[in-house]
Amino acid sequence: MAKAATPKRRSSPKLKKDEALKYYRDMVLIRRFEERAGQLYGMGKIAGFCHLYIGQEAVVTGMQACLKEGDQVITGYRDHGHMLACDMDPRGVMAELTGRAGGYSRGKGGSMHMFSREKNFFGGHGIVGAQVPIGTGLAFSNKYLGKDNVCLAYFGDGAANQGQVYEAFNMASLWELPVIYVIENNMYAMGTSVERHASETELYKRGISFEIAGEEVDGMDVYAVKKAGEKAVKHARSGRGPYILEMKTYRYRGHSMSDPAKYRKREEVDDIRSHNDPIDGLKEQIVAQNIASEEDLKAIDKEIRAIVKDAADFSLESPEPDPAELWTDVLLPVEA
Amino acid sequence: MAVDILMPALSPTMEEGTLAKWLKGEGDKVEAGDVIAEIETDKATMEVEAVDEGTLAKILIPEGTEGVKVNAVIAVLTEDGEDASAVSAPAESDVEKVTPVAEPEVLEAQAAADAPAAPALTNPDIPEGTTFTKTVLRDALRDAMAEEMRRDETVFVMGEEVAEYQGAYKVTRELLQEFGPRRVVDTPITEHGFAGLGVGAAFGGLRPIVEFMTFNFAMQAIDQIINSAAKTLYMSGGQMGCPIVFRGPNAAASRVGAQHSQDYAAWYGHVPGLKVVAPWDAGSAKALLKSAIRDPNPVVFLEHELLYGLEYDVPDLEDYTLPIGKAAVIRKGTDVTLVGYSRMVGFAMDAAEQLAAEGISAEVIDLRSIRPLDMDTIVQSAMKTNRLVTAEEGWKHMGVGGEIDAGGPEQGLDSLDAPRMRVPQNEVPLPYAGNLEDMSLPNAGDIVAAAKAVCEGM
Ligand SMILES: Cc1ncc(C[n+]2csc(CCOP(=O)(O)OP(=O)(O)O)c2C)c(N)n1
Ligand SMILES: [Mg+2]
Repeated sequence: MAKAATPKRRSSPKLKKDEALKYYRDMVLIRRFEERAGQLYGMGKIAGFCHLYIGQEAVVTGMQACLKEGDQVITGYRDHGHMLACDMDPRGVMAELTGRAGGYSRGKGGSMHMFSREKNFFGGHGIVGAQVPIGTGLAFSNKYLGKDNVCLAYFGDGAANQGQVYEAFNMASLWELPVIYVIENNMYAMGTSVERHASETELYKRGISFEIAGEEVDGMDVYAVKKAGEKAVKHARSGRGPYILEMKTYRYRGHSMSDPAKYRKREEVDDIRSHNDPIDGLKEQIVAQNIASEEDLKAIDKEIRAIVKDAADFSLESPEPDPAELWTDVLLPVEA
Repeated sequence: MAVDILMPALSPTMEEGTLAKWLKGEGDKVEAGDVIAEIETDKATMEVEAVDEGTLAKILIPEGTEGVKVNAVIAVLTEDGEDASAVSAPAESDVEKVTPVAEPEVLEAQAAADAPAAPALTNPDIPEGTTFTKTVLRDALRDAMAEEMRRDETVFVMGEEVAEYQGAYKVTRELLQEFGPRRVVDTPITEHGFAGLGVGAAFGGLRPIVEFMTFNFAMQAIDQIINSAAKTLYMSGGQMGCPIVFRGPNAAASRVGAQHSQDYAAWYGHVPGLKVVAPWDAGSAKALLKSAIRDPNPVVFLEHELLYGLEYDVPDLEDYTLPIGKAAVIRKGTDVTLVGYSRMVGFAMDAAEQLAAEGISAEVIDLRSIRPLDMDTIVQSAMKTNRLVTAEEGWKHMGVGGEIDAGGPEQGLDSLDAPRMRVPQNEVPLPYAGNLEDMSLPNAGDIVAAAKAVCEGM
């Protein structure tokens, strides 16, 4: 059995009301959205693979809070939370999950392959590790074009073993590219625990031989994420090259919907959920510091439920793509 | 408001399952995320978690019930404060009422129809009087590996989730238990690395079976497969053979989108120095995998996820192997020859049945091997029927069907008096949406239409 996620050691900053409530809202939106996606999958409305982000909400919520207009984001297939955190429309995300015309890829991509140029979200990639060099290339384009934007490249602990990750690390450091590598270490790659797949399990050290600074972060604490994220983003934005953040986090659900998750004990999941949940943790702090009452938070919950229900309804009402869509988007026409 | 809890589909191919156990009872409070029941699917036992919170008011399907259809109402949840007794008992028919809506079930149902009718024909070389055991494809492949591992100490299996997880698609089930972690090796997600490591191990005297979770991920490793495994024998002037099997599911699964749904038969079929096998039924798959493991050359062994769960008759023959590079006529006919490999063979058999009902007699050839390609068997059949239809899940451009069409004339197929037709996947990356995926992939209906077209004016 893997060693349990970082023991509870919450940062206890004085919370600002707007900020705290925004994080709460963003995390609850992801949680409720994912629960609904799981339900729609169970009903056969979502097909294929569907990887839920439940448990990891603080990572993307805290990191996205460090970005500014024009910064880019790229991740793997566990991507629904990232899209919501990029402010993409829950309707469009859910409708892509159901494979409908109203989805971000007009039904042609599915859960693992979704993009939004408008929101600078570059996918949604089904091949483990592929997003890492691509994210590095986005950072290359920023530097080339003289923009002060950074790219966040998210990937898992399992992905951290792919060779192309290290090829990218080397180039990023050599050329001082503005990219932040966010390793979402949820302790398992499918059924294989970090101890069983990594010789160096402290993944933030994986950049050492490339001279990339790295840091371990409590990924269950949105404020800890935000703090580390700001430092890393500042580093990259100021032209000092890449940075690695290893987020210690946990996924509550199976790897995908069809994973019976026999490789870990139910108690391990329950323990983290009841003692280290990112949403409950923030809620406690909000209430303890009198930022908002339980009732205020309940009102937010209700609002979120309505947004998610609306997204689900939309995703079922939206029609399947027009048959003509089969043939579009294979190649672009050459400009005359 | 009362909320119906439905029997969930926990895998793309699940249609029904057994409600093994209730972990909450009537009257219990339930929170989102609580495990309320256990169900057994086609692959494993899974926990069902609550999505909504409330009180479990009524259990409609008792534990132990088998064959509960996906989406049937299994229990009713009431929100706090609601009167549980207000929930009325459901009609008996509820279990049947809700039919699955997802495309995967449709695909699986089609695949199920492909099960062979006459075992003796699917393996024409089997001696008369042989008995058969019904075996699903995944178990037949497993048995092939187990038998070869018992026979030869240097054979070992390596890949992602092959050992402790028992295989992502359960093809390596129980191998770890029998052979231990020295010979059943879980790898990190490093395809390029472990494929290359496999090649080195083969040079070093072992016989690796490298499992790719799917062949889509072998694209990470294709350099080692082609540049190292396939070419070294030649480059070393015959000194360095590479006895290795690269195996795993190939082609489309069910609604998993463009990056996870490609047929690599033509890709690998292009390469001198490789053998490429793409079997259909469990009997020939087992026999061919055993041959592949014994082969002194690198063999790319393309399986199909949508066939893994299908049952076929496997002959009860000790150490049954089939030669790589030999196709099989698995249904005799006189009017048109249908050629396919892997899942397309099932569709071709289905098409032949439909064509028979319309007075067209189709002969069906299971290619089994892509490289070497058994043109002799195809030419012999086509000389007799004078009409040829090839089916593949890959794209038409530079595809297997094109090679057969071109290879034919060189070997005396030029007497063909009707146009040959190819039934491929449409020339687009595979879309996710159910309707578009259906349009894109070839099926029995497409083969029937092509056969009729070449038989026009017969
Ligand atoms: C190249 C490649 N190999 C294998 C897979 C199958 N696969 C998908 S996700 C996954 C596990 C990845 O684990 P991790 O990187 O830790 O991310 P997590 O799923 O935990 O978010 C595997 C093996 C794949 N999609 N691509
Ligand atoms: Mg992981």
